[in-house]
Amino acid sequence: MSDAVAMAVERAGVAPPGKALLSIRDLCVSFRDDSGWTQVLNNVSLAVNPGETVGIVGESGCGKSLTALSILGLLQKRDVLRTGEINFEGRDLAKLSEAEMRRVRGRHIGMIFQEPMSALDPVFTVGDQITETVRTHFNVSRREANERAVAALAAVRIASPQNVVSMYPMSLSGGMRQRVMIAMALVCEPRLLIADEPTTALDVTIQAQIMDLLLDLGQRTGTAILFITHNLGLVAESCTRMLTMYAGQVVEDGPVDKILMQPKHPYTAGLLGSVPQPRQRKSLLPSIPGRVPSPHEMPSGCRFAPRCTYVQPPCLAPQALLSADAERQVRCRRYDELTLPGAIS
Amino acid sequence: MTDLSGAVDILVVDDLDVTFKGRRRNQKVRAVEGVGFTVREGETFGVIGESGSGKSTLGRCIVCLVPPSGGRVLHFGKDPFALSASELRRHRRGFQIIFQDPNAALDPRMTILESVREPLDVAGIGTAQERRVKALEMLDRVALAPELALRYPHEISGGQKQRANIARALVLEPSLIVCDEVVAALDVSIQADMLNLFAKLQREFSLTYVFISHDLRVVAHVSDRVAVMYCGKLMELAPAEDLMAAPLHPYSQALLSAEPEPQPAHLRNKKRIILKGEIPSPLNPPSGCRFHTRCPIAVAECATREPEWREVLPGRWAACHFAGAPVPAVSDATVEVLRP
Repeated sequence: MSDAVAMAVERAGVAPPGKALLSIRDLCVSFRDDSGWTQVLNNVSLAVNPGETVGIVGESGCGKSLTALSILGLLQKRDVLRTGEINFEGRDLAKLSEAEMRRVRGRHIGMIFQEPMSALDPVFTVGDQITETVRTHFNVSRREANERAVAALAAVRIASPQNVVSMYPMSLSGGMRQRVMIAMALVCEPRLLIADEPTTALDVTIQAQIMDLLLDLGQRTGTAILFITHNLGLVAESCTRMLTMYAGQVVEDGPVDKILMQPKHPYTAGLLGSVPQPRQRKSLLPSIPGRVPSPHEMPSGCRFAPRCTYVQPPCLAPQALLSADAERQVRCRRYDELTLPGAIS
Repeated sequence: MTDLSGAVDILVVDDLDVTFKGRRRNQKVRAVEGVGFTVREGETFGVIGESGSGKSTLGRCIVCLVPPSGGRVLHFGKDPFALSASELRRHRRGFQIIFQDPNAALDPRMTILESVREPLDVAGIGTAQERRVKALEMLDRVALAPELALRYPHEISGGQKQRANIARALVLEPSLIVCDEVVAALDVSIQADMLNLFAKLQREFSLTYVFISHDLRVVAHVSDRVAVMYCGKLMELAPAEDLMAAPLHPYSQALLSAEPEPQPAHLRNKKRIILKGEIPSPLNPPSGCRFHTRCPIAVAECATREPEWREVLPGRWAACHFAGAPVPAVSDATVEVLRP
């Protein structure tokens, strides 16, 4: 990394430490395979303030889920190299042992994944699984744990929580399973919830229910949410700040409404343009040519350059994350001269 | 079925029922019930619905993969289910279907070229050389680079596989293609490419599409008219523009409002209708109007009397007692103000 890039990354150090609930600095992750080490996350920095909902958007293979797994320390240890700081409530999670991390996961940081069925154990009842979480983190009796489980199910608006505790996941619908996952994630009242595509497998009317529930609970308990999705609409409606990730890097970071009105990175603008709009029926959709490069064939310069409409020769050098203003950062050297189409162009 | 010029509609679905046997004795799954519409040549007819709405079963029945239990499907005025097995095989070439999962439709042991050529081989059209040329031409038409022709499915991306599937469906030069969730598994920028490709192919081959999706944005973008399905029945049928601008059925209204908008807060539609409860099981559909259990404007009558399928406004059909009439006040509990 050149000095200029290092400096810019330094400068890009998001919200002042101590204030943010979660503050990640220069997170890099590499995997080893037969051909050696391959970097899959490159200097990811982000911050989540207490009670805030922050969205991460990007296509498959941009490193969104990997960022979540790195925060939670859920990447395997062999053949994986993780560097950088993950400051959470004054501690660097990257330095914690596995035993210490286990006390953080589920207690202080809750998580929900896309496919509830693969996260729930089919041979245990819903109640067993929630009480297990409670009893792992709190020294309470079985009976009290069970009461908390019932209360958690009621909080996610399950109509008859007394019955549902004794049911097995297979007898629940997809929406109900995701409610159970949310109940399980929130039963220990974590300060941060990481939700990775929590509604992607659900029907749109059920998605509306779950999003409403998630945001309502987040607001009432003051839980901050790191919300990972490919759906820009969900980010627009639920988050105050968003980050766009591309090819393992953060390429844009700022307040949601400002980014939607006028994105500063061509990739964010491209994602917005690709969403069909009712007013432009039957017209040609502006798409982004090409696809996300694999970690093995990462461009040496700006990683988006091969797909970018606005590319110039200097773009073929590595791009730093630049501060566009006090609130916004963008990894594009042309951000100031470009006027990119936003949501309402 | 026949308009004034004497032209015959490419597809007529007339009071169609599709019923499957349930797991238990005498148990019946009424996947599609009393569905009727006409598709004109060159049109894109959208079908939108959630899980269990019967939209995929409808699509399969249209291309004769599932027999109707009642009612009829007519292709150019003829009932394909009345044909003999060999006639049906020949007839089928004109009515193709493309599925959601591009992996499932391609044989992992065949190269892309072999997969695209296979329908021609089965149909026995032309010489081997002609079939190869034709398959290569189709790959070109769907913008798959010729060097991918000799690759195997696992060596190419999801978007490329879906292109191969389109080429495979096109190679027999069909008149109508049922597209069942064809872009659901793709990332948004790839999805945009694919929607553009469908539009281009429609012009080049004068195709008629029945475009099935759960994604209202996608359906509204490509379709001329859209049918909204819920629990096996049609709820509404309208030109895409009218449906998006002012849906008549409360279910369509809820679907539209549930669709998240990638717009800044001050430009968004502020009210969202959040439906209560779950999508009912087709094993045990609700009485009366199928939607009454979740409908924000349902009254007692809705649980007992099934609404009639009627033309509420010219060209706009709906099955709701209140469609087009002043509706009873929506209770505040179901309408919530959006955050943040």
